[in-house]
Amino acid sequence: MGLTPLLAMVRKDLQLFFSDPRAVILTFAVPIAIASFFGSIFSGPSRNSEPSRISVAIVDQDQSAISKAIVSGADADKNLKVTMPDEAQARDVVRRGRTSVAVIIPKGFGEAAGAAFFGNGEKAPLDVLFDPSRSIEVAMVRGILTQHVMEAVSRQMFGGEQGRAVVEKTIPDIEASKMPDDQKRALVDMLKSVQNFYKRPAGDATANNAPRGITMPYTVREQAMTAGSNSLYNSYAHSFAGMGIQFLLFAAANLGIEILLERQRGLWRRLRSAPISRFTLLAGKTVSMTIVGLMTLAVSFGFAILVFGVRIQGSLLGFFLISFACALMAATFGLLIAALGKTPAATRGVTTLAVLMMVMLGGAWVPTFVFPQWLQQATVIVPARWAVDGMDAMTWRGIGLSGAVTPTLVLLGFAVAFAGVAALRFRWEEV
Amino acid sequence: MLHVKNLRKTFGSIVAVDDVTFSAEPGQLVGLLGPNGAGKTTTVSMIAGLLTADRGDVLIAGRRLDGDTDPSKRRIGLVPQDLALYDELTANANLRFFGALYNLAGAALRQAIAAALDLVGLADRAGDRVKTFSGGMKRRLNLAAGLLHDPDILLLDEPTVGVDPQSRNAIFENLEVLKSRGKALLYTTHYMEEAERLADRIVVIDHGKVVANDTLAGLRSQVAVTAGGPPATLETVFLTLTGRSLRD
Repeated sequence: MGLTPLLAMVRKDLQLFFSDPRAVILTFAVPIAIASFFGSIFSGPSRNSEPSRISVAIVDQDQSAISKAIVSGADADKNLKVTMPDEAQARDVVRRGRTSVAVIIPKGFGEAAGAAFFGNGEKAPLDVLFDPSRSIEVAMVRGILTQHVMEAVSRQMFGGEQGRAVVEKTIPDIEASKMPDDQKRALVDMLKSVQNFYKRPAGDATANNAPRGITMPYTVREQAMTAGSNSLYNSYAHSFAGMGIQFLLFAAANLGIEILLERQRGLWRRLRSAPISRFTLLAGKTVSMTIVGLMTLAVSFGFAILVFGVRIQGSLLGFFLISFACALMAATFGLLIAALGKTPAATRGVTTLAVLMMVMLGGAWVPTFVFPQWLQQATVIVPARWAVDGMDAMTWRGIGLSGAVTPTLVLLGFAVAFAGVAALRFRWEEV
Repeated sequence: MLHVKNLRKTFGSIVAVDDVTFSAEPGQLVGLLGPNGAGKTTTVSMIAGLLTADRGDVLIAGRRLDGDTDPSKRRIGLVPQDLALYDELTANANLRFFGALYNLAGAALRQAIAAALDLVGLADRAGDRVKTFSGGMKRRLNLAAGLLHDPDILLLDEPTVGVDPQSRNAIFENLEVLKSRGKALLYTTHYMEEAERLADRIVVIDHGKVVANDTLAGLRSQVAVTAGGPPATLETVFLTLTGRSLRD
């Protein structure tokens, strides 16, 4: 293989690449812009900033001690941002998507909830209006609300005026009921014990003067598993990996289409008439595409490091290996496009779709956990997933060189497969 | 210098070239004429190594051309019918690239570029991007790109398509110079007057077969003329040999 023709092909492709400002912008600036945007909207709380809160509208039509305690508990919750409109306004803000959930506490809720607490009454209804497009937030609100309702109801039942009244009223009801005698006796004994409990001074209820009633029997100590206890998750690391790989694939696809254009314009006839091997021709294209790919990743991550504080907290060598394998995979993907494509125009459309599918399934746009289980398993055949996972491992996850081995080998495997198919399917004969 | 022996090429059931034989000697320009679809470009493609012949041989100075990396390919220069140039690059960058494909580098490459640009009259536009060139200038640069490695044989596939008379004349003069330097030229064209002016020998090909292979005078002598009338033109000869039915 002559080195002069190979180097000439690489230099020529790079000259052509940089001679097209649109291609350069598409390759370098656009991924930075999109990754910055995605990084900002998916960023978690920083050390000093408030976590983002879920907007909840609460309509208290009951105005009982229990309902007021629920509102008070929700209002104090760090995860919720509570507003208190009337019912019509609450329905309107949810319908318009301005608030994901509205909770309506109907009249009589407190009394009914108290009775149902001891298992003797109808369960009180709590109306929840929600935006169906924000199901994750709805599930979170449901969980948080359960905690506040249970705390409010139990506190009243074990210490509040409303609770006392409910117990007073419930004992004769139980005695008059058709419940089996042994169950009836047990329940009445329990409620009389509660009445005795009411007579004790509140300060004796617990050693630390905590309010009476049921509380969460545990606290949660959250720890984000990032590169270290002192490191916060940097969402820009993931978004720059995803967007970097996406535009790397787009750049490679463009270079593949460029081969089809060269063929259309008769340039490939000139290349093929020279005494150079097929291997040199493909190698020249592969090397130039790999260089463009590495430049794309270097510029993207360079920007992320300088502006957004992204750090390679794993292995620098591992990061380079994954970047190289990723760029090589993209380069051979470009060759595959050139080998399988018929015309530049038709190939461009198909290629755009293929790249978008690949990066979406690879988790570059949305995390793969939102996919169905079968799809999550299926994405192991998508090279972008290995690239994104590998980049994440080397950046914010802070995993060492061992974390780079599998993604690198898999990406190199894809590169070999793409190159093999491209070499077999490439149209070498020029009429 | 160039000997084409019994070349045959089929595409599926279509026989594009069938038993084509001719030769071109140093200092000789051979015109390869034929209607559209006659097999001219397929023949040129096989000579340039772009297509593999089903049968037959291409001999370069007595050596059979064999494979992509055959050193004999260095003795062939191709000037394709398309303007096979990179519009976004300068003339100089284009020639530097095409020269490097033949392992030219350094001073040798610079001298080859200068000589080729000088020959086609584009030395003063070396630093300009090709996209700023006129059609005629691009044609001349297309010719220069095929000359860089100083080939003994030049394959010219309709090199004057779409150029004005001035550029066409300039190209003709270039070809005369190359002939005088001992190059063997194979020239395909649809323009009969070009073949009449330039060709030392004319090969007419139709339906993939050689139907005539002679000098201009020899071809003319094959067509009967009216007593006392002017001699037959090449076009008359061509239409006599290939018929008047439309081919596309």
